[in-house]
Amino acid sequence: MKLEELRTKLGYQGLLLGGAALLTSVLLSFFSQATEADIKAAEAADLKQSLSQVLPGEYDNDLLKDTVTLPGSQGEVLVYRARRAGKVEAVVYRVTGHGYAGNILCVMGVSREGKILGVRVISHKETPGLGDKIEPAKADWIHSFEGKYLGDPPADKWAVKKDGGIFDQFAGATITPRAVVKAVKGGLEFFDGNKAKLLDEAGGVK
Amino acid sequence: MNEKYARITRDGLWDNNVVFAQMLALCPLLAVTSSATNGLGMGLATTAVLLLSNVIVSSVRHLISPEVRIPVYIVLIATLVTLVDMSLNAWAHELYKVLGLFIALIVVNCAILGRAEAFASKNSVTDAALDGLMMGLGFTLSLVIIGGVREIFGSGTLFANAHLLLGPAFAFLETTIVPEYKGFLLMILPPGGFMAVGLLLAAKRVLDQRRTARIALVAQEA
Repeated sequence: MKLEELRTKLGYQGLLLGGAALLTSVLLSFFSQATEADIKAAEAADLKQSLSQVLPGEYDNDLLKDTVTLPGSQGEVLVYRARRAGKVEAVVYRVTGHGYAGNILCVMGVSREGKILGVRVISHKETPGLGDKIEPAKADWIHSFEGKYLGDPPADKWAVKKDGGIFDQFAGATITPRAVVKAVKGGLEFFDGNKAKLLDEAGGVK
Repeated sequence: MNEKYARITRDGLWDNNVVFAQMLALCPLLAVTSSATNGLGMGLATTAVLLLSNVIVSSVRHLISPEVRIPVYIVLIATLVTLVDMSLNAWAHELYKVLGLFIALIVVNCAILGRAEAFASKNSVTDAALDGLMMGLGFTLSLVIIGGVREIFGSGTLFANAHLLLGPAFAFLETTIVPEYKGFLLMILPPGGFMAVGLLLAAKRVLDQRRTARIALVAQEA
């Protein structure tokens, strides 16, 4: 039978569709396996890089392997611990703020004394030109957290200036910095509430 | 023969440009053209997918029954985009971090299905490859122009962050057009995209009309 005739048959069309789907699925699953390891490695390198931004200094353990998961106010929190000679010197975890347009995902590093080492925004959907000053590439605002802890400023000053606190808001965008300040404060409260577990004091050195 | 290739090239770049003549692919267009660099990245990624999909569709065109062609094309295109997405993620991770968002958007770019349907399914592999390349480049050109216009008016810069996309060697592209510019937010937001597209479209129509008038005038005098 000629190809033109064959092409009009229902069976051929069904087979063609099925064949195309099968072929592409095989191709995709093969490719997915081939790239999986490389993608994982690249993402781990990415994560390490973003963690090291909020963790100044040298640590001698593999951050990505030394983790602990604790219940926080918004669900489970995955904490990465940085050690020097077996002692936890700092911890890094994610906090989420509720901004003007969806969640603002931040990562923050806290020293064992409870001081903020650094905060970075990982992803947000705030208004470009107004709310995006929380990115270190756009403004220095995010660095204003460094060295702060619960007590300096006192708890009621952990807010933007408009709310009587000490942190700057941006002209035209108060909701965004307010959300970040609140998230960071929540992060510090989480640290205080789970200090023993975070610093691995109760369980001793692994 | 050469005339045919010239025709395909002109169609892709200007006469039948994806954005300015066919008015296709406006969704990814408005989403990414807040800067010229973003436009360039999206354009190049789309060009690669368009070229590949045109070649594949054209090479299997005799096997495909007309009745089921659309689902087959869609499966092919979606697979291609996923493959490009995965390989960039694995082997060009820095580039992927810049382009990542755009690559998934290529699936919803109707220009690719449009070219598969309108051109690749009826023409030889060479023609289809050239058409894919030229349509892609035409699309890239329009994205860069629209992105450039929006970026100049919106933030006063041109090709900001180009080194993230093209490597440090291209940092010279990054220029500040208006120093100390306060920014014009409207142009960065989607409405600014519509305005830029509309005005540029009008400009192209004017150019085309002038050219037609000039050709008619020359013909009259001859």
